[in-house]
Amino acid sequence: MNKEKINKYAYWKANLRIVSVLLFIWFVCSFGAGIIFSDLLDKIKIGGFPLGFWFAQQGSIIIFVIIIVIYCFLMNKLDKNFEASDD
Amino acid sequence: MDVQILTYIIVGAAFALYIGIALWSKASSTGEFYIAGGGVHPIANGMATAADWMSAASFISMAGIISFMGRDGSVYLMGWTGGYVLLALLLAPYLRKFGKFTVPDFIGDRYYSNIARLVAVICLIFISFTYIAGQMRGVGIVFSRFLEVDINTGVIIGMAIVFIYAVLGGMKGITYTQVAQYCVLIFAYMVPAIFISILMTGNPIPQLGFGSKLVTEEIYLLDKLNLVLNDIGFNSYTDFSKSKIDIFCITAALMIGTAGLPHVIVRFFTVPRVRDARTSAGWALLFIAILYLTAPAVSSFARLNFINTIDNTSYTETPGWFKNWEDIGLISWIDKNEDGVIQYRSGNALEKTKPQFSSERGKYNQRLVLNKPTENGNEIYIDRDIMVLANPEIARLPNWVIALVAAGALAAALSTAAGLLLVISSAVSHDLMKKTLKPSITEKQELFLARLSAATAILIAGIFGIYPPAFVAQVVAFAFGLAAASIFPAIVMGIFSKRMNKYGAICGMLSGLIFTATYIIFFKFISPEYNTSEYWLFGISPEGIGVIGMIINFMIAIIISSISKPPPIEVYEIVDNIRMPGGK
Repeated sequence: MNKEKINKYAYWKANLRIVSVLLFIWFVCSFGAGIIFSDLLDKIKIGGFPLGFWFAQQGSIIIFVIIIVIYCFLMNKLDKNFEASDD
Repeated sequence: MDVQILTYIIVGAAFALYIGIALWSKASSTGEFYIAGGGVHPIANGMATAADWMSAASFISMAGIISFMGRDGSVYLMGWTGGYVLLALLLAPYLRKFGKFTVPDFIGDRYYSNIARLVAVICLIFISFTYIAGQMRGVGIVFSRFLEVDINTGVIIGMAIVFIYAVLGGMKGITYTQVAQYCVLIFAYMVPAIFISILMTGNPIPQLGFGSKLVTEEIYLLDKLNLVLNDIGFNSYTDFSKSKIDIFCITAALMIGTAGLPHVIVRFFTVPRVRDARTSAGWALLFIAILYLTAPAVSSFARLNFINTIDNTSYTETPGWFKNWEDIGLISWIDKNEDGVIQYRSGNALEKTKPQFSSERGKYNQRLVLNKPTENGNEIYIDRDIMVLANPEIARLPNWVIALVAAGALAAALSTAAGLLLVISSAVSHDLMKKTLKPSITEKQELFLARLSAATAILIAGIFGIYPPAFVAQVVAFAFGLAAASIFPAIVMGIFSKRMNKYGAICGMLSGLIFTATYIIFFKFISPEYNTSEYWLFGISPEGIGVIGMIINFMIAIIISSISKPPPIEVYEIVDNIRMPGGK
């Protein structure tokens, strides 16, 4: 394998790692906190919100936005390290 | 000033703005027509995507639906936002790098097959028309209620406006009008929400007011709502009523469906760089989240307000909005115990649910219905779609707020309709004509064809608006289910698996499509009497079945491709290329 190919392979592997970690968080915060474990979380109340209900109606959405922001940040850094950006 | 004059002024000013932008941004090449020349700033693209995505359903219907579904309504909140995470992480950057015009372009090239392209075109056209019918209907409702023109005239005016900026400006015109439409719709959504939040909880931020205490009593709004609902026989607002597996599947189907909707995906072709595709997915979701975090607050305010205003009020003392919506046929009251006072309880008030009005009036001048009353104590039928539109009136907000809501609802419906029209037109002129049937046409001819098919699509959409097919509401499940079961897996496998070949992709798309379509058609159209959880597969309703369709698609595709010839070497190069942002 030449150097360019190894570089490509490493970039793709790093990319997949970022994506899978973020998708795991995505799943836990929406399906996990909002649906599967919501009964447990409902026992905790923050202000007027049962916590599971809050995750299902607002919390998950806020976390979705944060996930994409982190993704952009990490990928820009990765692009820079591998000189892979399309500027 | 009178509500109607104000509405005319505000809606008129908004329309003038849209047309002005359209004239300023006329498209002169196919590149500008399909993807706005690929030069849209990520923030502008984020706003445009948000307006494109938030349809009449998000603006008008969603808060109303959640208002009556309570916690079960969370499926829409999570489902219609979570898809953007999938879009940003799995699709947008790679499709941007691929750098063509349409979704079928990608599927056709990646799977080196015009059959694959054609299957994608068919899915796309079906999904888009389903969606557009709903938008035109929304335009009609707003016009008839607030401008007091006939629904049909309303639809025609809406068509004319969209015609001007979609046919002239293409994606370029649409993108910049959508930026303006986003501003109009978000302002129109927030103003009444803020007013109502202050009135009810004293908190000027509705997203927080939702979890605050009431002004009138020392009790949290949600606790009060649960108490009031339990009192009159409903489940608690903050509890699930559907089974968890169904909630899970519907949420997943909506998320994956969102990521597979062609008019959303195509937006990420319009930005200059791969990096901008990622960023603009973030901006889009942020702009969407502003409305989606407010919607559940509006829902709870509206439900509590509605009960307080209507339950135990005598019909003759009901406010004007009640009778206005009754006149349009979206509210009905049947005086079961003949006391002249409205009782709002759990259950359907009428047999067959929807009221069929007779021409006569009752002794309090209420509209009489032909339906038989049901056994329960509920006397009110209310169409859930009116909650957002009626909300400012229910809370007695000033007239200009009511006018603003009308303009916002129109912006939401028109922006989505325009985005969909563009997808349909490019599927016809680019994928069907240029790439499949008649590759010899020049760019000028292709541009003309694109305009012609946009115009035709508007006409068909208008006809759907004027003669709405009775099944519009039912087919929304279709659009998401099909996108989840067909387009999404095909694109994801095209990017993340090099080995996936055309046989696998085509068989996968077709089996996902056929399975999902059959399931929905069976329960929604052929045997609706069996549409209950005991007959569903694993207890999954037709709304959520797209997830199973997607799993079938993935499985069939992987099995078939592993036993058939691997794709040619050029395809490996395409995949290698889209995985790296830089390089050609």
